[in-house]
Amino acid sequence: LPVSLPKVVLKIIKHYQEEGQGSEVVQGVLLGLVVDDRLEITNCFPFPQHTEDDADFDEVQYQMEMMRSLRHVNIDHLHVGWYQSTYYGSFVSRALLDSQFSYQHAIEESVVLIYDPIKTAQGSLSLKAYRLTPKLMEICKEKDFTPEGLKKANIGFEHMFEEVPIVIKNSHLISVLMWELEDKSTVADKHELLNLSSSNHLEKSLQLLMDRVDDMSQDIVKYNTYSRNLSKQQQQKHQYLQRRQQENAQRQSRGEPPLPEEDITKMFKPPQPPPRMDTLLIAGQINNYCQNVKEFTSQNLGKLFMAEALQGHN
Amino acid sequence: MVATGKPGSAEESSIIIITIIIIVFCASDGGGQVALYVFTEAGELSSFSKMSVFGPVVKIHPVVLASICDSYERRNEGASRVIGTLLGTIDKHSIEVTNCFSVPHNESEDEVAVDMEFAKNMYELHKRVSPTEVIIGWYATGFDITEHSVLIHEYYSREASNPIHLTVDSALQSGKMNIRAYVSAQMGVPGKTVGVMFTPLSVKYVYYDTERIGVDLLQRTRVTPSRTKGLTSDLSQVAGSAARVQDMLTTVLAYIEDVLSGKVTADNSVGRFLMDLVNKVPTISAEDFENMLNSNINDLLMVTYLSNLTQAQIALNEKLVLL
Repeated sequence: LPVSLPKVVLKIIKHYQEEGQGSEVVQGVLLGLVVDDRLEITNCFPFPQHTEDDADFDEVQYQMEMMRSLRHVNIDHLHVGWYQSTYYGSFVSRALLDSQFSYQHAIEESVVLIYDPIKTAQGSLSLKAYRLTPKLMEICKEKDFTPEGLKKANIGFEHMFEEVPIVIKNSHLISVLMWELEDKSTVADKHELLNLSSSNHLEKSLQLLMDRVDDMSQDIVKYNTYSRNLSKQQQQKHQYLQRRQQENAQRQSRGEPPLPEEDITKMFKPPQPPPRMDTLLIAGQINNYCQNVKEFTSQNLGKLFMAEALQGHN
Repeated sequence: MVATGKPGSAEESSIIIITIIIIVFCASDGGGQVALYVFTEAGELSSFSKMSVFGPVVKIHPVVLASICDSYERRNEGASRVIGTLLGTIDKHSIEVTNCFSVPHNESEDEVAVDMEFAKNMYELHKRVSPTEVIIGWYATGFDITEHSVLIHEYYSREASNPIHLTVDSALQSGKMNIRAYVSAQMGVPGKTVGVMFTPLSVKYVYYDTERIGVDLLQRTRVTPSRTKGLTSDLSQVAGSAARVQDMLTTVLAYIEDVLSGKVTADNSVGRFLMDLVNKVPTISAEDFENMLNSNINDLLMVTYLSNLTQAQIALNEKLVLL
């Protein structure tokens, strides 16, 4: 289970604040060490965003230079993962899967930290760490995304990512810093967490959910046509074989040589099975949205009841 | 020569109290360099007095301080302090420090060596990510300003127009972590002995909203003995927030009790705030409130139901496909 240090948390927040005001994601690399059964994340640095006019910009080179420089100042420069910001929880995508797979392939323990700025602005830091399950790793390795392949591995959308709990650990010096900050800085005047307005957030979440469900239904339709085609083809093959046999029997009874066995597979080319990976991703994404919505509503219910109690005194 | 002054009685207006002036002579070479360090100590001031300092206000983001503490903890063996570059933006009246990185340096009795190449490289890399940040100064851990600081400051004045120097006392020499900022100014008799004086600037901490929330979470770690804290979820967060508001209410109530029993003199401005507070709870007729509450609860329940339904649907779909 990963342990992150406060510097990382603050840096990620700051990076999003400064660079990611649109709906684009911001990304960066996590550095740290693996200690016993814990993964310690001690530093991070952000990735510049891809701009169109920066075609000769080499990401790998940037990374290498950063790590080299950090090594000079005794900062752990071991890659342990990467982080990404998300918009209302929509991060389960092909790109994420590929990146995480390549990271995890190289380093066993890597995680992807998902930072949800909108949820954080509502009052509580939303930072989650995910890792691909070993089953999913195997499938990605094989690159076998057909239905049969997935059936073999018996993967459901719930088993794609496993969430890893995060613990924030402070050194003594940082604790002193915290005392100092508390002393000197003004009291927070915004208690966003107790905000009662929820319709805006719910609307957007539901909108995204609906889009995904639409995608999902399209995908399902595709799959249905595929299986229907497949079964129709089976039937046709069956019929053809039967007719062949009948003809052969007739010919034999008439004393003619039987017709040669033709290659059926060439005649009935099996339809292309649609890749199931996208379906899996969509299902996972829908699941994520639903989870978020449920969390949000449960919090709001609590707040509403509190407001009721407050009114009751009047 | 040491001159001291005693703090007088604290007044509402600005007070400058000079407690220590130390003059250190550096190795002079004809021109003669005199470095003058002026420390101004606020002493015991009531909460309404201000330090009148000249120059812009320095606003620091907590991420910078966390980075500085972190690099101090990772310093090389034998190094007593760490230095690094400060990045940020400059405004008309304030300088906002938003980022920093440490620079390797060697310091001995009579010389100091800073890896300039490294500093330049790092700055270039950082600029790629956040093009709005510029070098605005440098930081050093440790309580005092030494002669070497002057030299380093000179270097940085080549990079930025008027660099600020931030000291963070991570060795906690005075029992507290003093975070101060300075700007250099020329002083002395022109033509003859010229010197450099570091004048302090007032330091404030600013946060983005989300940063504030992050810092709040980190604050909670200082309570637990193992200094660790998991990220809470769901209703426990709401409960925590409510508990905090409750704490604040108890403080306010205690104050009111004191005023009523005559222990503390009533302050009109505080009274006005209290009036605002009580009036903020809107008086709505019970019926209307019931309606609003119920409709809101209905909305939330409906959404929960829908999401549960969707989840069941995709799970079912999954199982069917795998048949």
